[in-house]
Amino acid sequence: MAELWFGYVWPLIWIVIKIVLIVAPLLLSVAYLTLAERKVIGAMHLRRGPNVVGPWGLLQPIADGMKLFFKETVIPTGTNRAVFILAPCVTFVLALIAWAVIPFGPGLVLADINVGILYLFAISSLGVYGILMAGWASNSRYAFLGALRSAAQMVSYEVAMGFIIITVLICAGSLNLSAIVAAQKNLWFVVPLFPMAVIFFISTLAETNRHPFDLPEAENELVAGFNVEYSAMIFALFFLGEYANMILMAGITTILFLGGWLPPADWALFTWIPGPVWFALKMALLLFVFLWVRATFPRYRYDQLMRLGWKVFLPISLAAVVVVGGVVVAFDLQPVLR
Amino acid sequence: MGFMDRSARTIFLGELVSGMALTLRYMFRPKITLNYPFEKGPLSPRFRGEHALRRYPSGEERCIACKLCEAICPAQAITIEAEPREDGSRRTTRYDIDMVKCVYCGLCEESCPVDAIVEGPNFEFATETREELYYDKGKLLDNGDRWETEIAERLRANAAYR
Amino acid sequence: MIVQAFAFYLFASVAVAAGVMVISARNPVHSVLFLILAFFNSAGLFVLLGAEFLAMILVVVYVGAVAVLFMFVVMMLDINFVELREGFLQYLPIGGVIGLVLLAELVIVVGGWTLAPGTAQIAAAPAPAADAISNTHALGALIYTHYIYLFQAAGLILLVAMIGAIVLTHRRRPGVRRQRIADQVRRSPAETIKMVNMPPGAGI
Repeated sequence: MAELWFGYVWPLIWIVIKIVLIVAPLLLSVAYLTLAERKVIGAMHLRRGPNVVGPWGLLQPIADGMKLFFKETVIPTGTNRAVFILAPCVTFVLALIAWAVIPFGPGLVLADINVGILYLFAISSLGVYGILMAGWASNSRYAFLGALRSAAQMVSYEVAMGFIIITVLICAGSLNLSAIVAAQKNLWFVVPLFPMAVIFFISTLAETNRHPFDLPEAENELVAGFNVEYSAMIFALFFLGEYANMILMAGITTILFLGGWLPPADWALFTWIPGPVWFALKMALLLFVFLWVRATFPRYRYDQLMRLGWKVFLPISLAAVVVVGGVVVAFDLQPVLR
Repeated sequence: MGFMDRSARTIFLGELVSGMALTLRYMFRPKITLNYPFEKGPLSPRFRGEHALRRYPSGEERCIACKLCEAICPAQAITIEAEPREDGSRRTTRYDIDMVKCVYCGLCEESCPVDAIVEGPNFEFATETREELYYDKGKLLDNGDRWETEIAERLRANAAYR
Repeated sequence: MIVQAFAFYLFASVAVAAGVMVISARNPVHSVLFLILAFFNSAGLFVLLGAEFLAMILVVVYVGAVAVLFMFVVMMLDINFVELREGFLQYLPIGGVIGLVLLAELVIVVGGWTLAPGTAQIAAAPAPAADAISNTHALGALIYTHYIYLFQAAGLILLVAMIGAIVLTHRRRPGVRRQRIADQVRRSPAETIKMVNMPPGAGI
């Protein structure tokens, strides 16, 4: 009995507790990311943003959530019901399971697997299915167009992202995320690999369908793209999934280039602040840039988007793999960079 | 701009960075939005808001049931019925405005020979039901009593231009 | 061990069931979705075997890229599948014959298969313990040393296939106006805008 308890039941409960500890703050930050988005973009437009619900509008995300929760879920007649309902679930679940391998601090990770970065890459490449299924199952032209655009866009930008991840891996010498962060102890990879960091960040914008690459849901031509036909909670799942993906991408960029949980310098004041706080701060900075970009740039035309992905980012990142690999091997830099 | 300069700008995303710098600068400027329910913008004396029927200072209602407003109303929102009162003066027994039909053109106000029907400064009279927007004479006179100070001031300010 | 066994039977049975659904589903998009499910469960089986690198690559390449393109094509097709199934029984005999021929060939190949001399002792050589070397490292060490030529040849074949496909389908249409972004970026306000001071009413 005791063996059953300590061998199987207790570890299971412990894992569930850890999952809740990750997912609950994540969903809360998703909610407040939407508020931050409206506030920041409002400020950049010289507007105020939501400020009526609660002090400084702090309860606005809760109110929005309640509204979506109490609305009626409309499933149009022409849809393929099973796929229609499955699609937002896929998006949402994928956005959550990726967090299993993200190290929030030294040792603070749910599953410290050897191929962490590949796992993240795999999960992010699956994100396209939620959108593709939604667009197809909706049986609507706008949704379908949005889904097609999204599929082509995400597949194209993944290639460049993959190559950039390889340059980081060459420098870090490991596929384990904790090891990648530990390898940046002396020098964050954003310094030697700055152009790669910029390209990676822009690719994450395309990967999360954010401005200026938000063609899948371009509201003034495709109404809302792949999620036109969705309402109430199933729409909320899409929404949560999309924003959780943004946070995830900020997290990946932080781990790969900004030294994860490491403080900017080994000074006493900085090292007093615990690692997860540094991690959250860096992610918040990147998320702010996400919003900032949205407030600044107009949407790309579709052919420009494809040109940027295939004719600019792909050659540059491919060349970067060769150059970085060559330099690291020729000067035996890998031990130095760590 | 030399070739080197241009290339450097392109490679370092000069235009994107300057655009982002612009939005960041704007972020710290004072907001220009009015905090609406708590702050309101200025209204012109000619602003055409909710209708009101005015009275003379003696308390006698101004409207003499000439029906010019009813005749001119392009939306046919005004309905007037009139009868002589006991003292022999011509007065309305019914003065209804269908605020759902009204287009707020202000022609009723222009046509009125005694400044009885006016469009006041109030624009916050949204209601939850349609019925509440079918104004009758009592409602219009109440409006007139409530807004008389503002209406008189507006008419005075605008008198020179009429 | 119970957990592993349970996971194995779960992944294996779902993979087989999904495989059956791939060929029996009426809707081709559902077929592709079941194919993806099958890929996923195979990835799970790889993880159980301790081949986590292969599992992830399977997901990235097959699910993340190949199946997306399948889905893309299948979604765009507008085929009447009832019509397509009409001739099903009519072609059954010839299909069956082809299947039998293939089966016979496979049996002959497998039956005539012998191990190369020396294989037995390679297989018997002690493999490093699973936690001593990560399987990414092991694969890399093998592919980029022992099998480097085969690996490069495989890459070359894929490259040739890709270039071939592009050459065959690429259409060069004359007279198409394209956006030349470099030219647009190179223009400066000084060379494009002329300020003119016009007296009113004079016209140009």
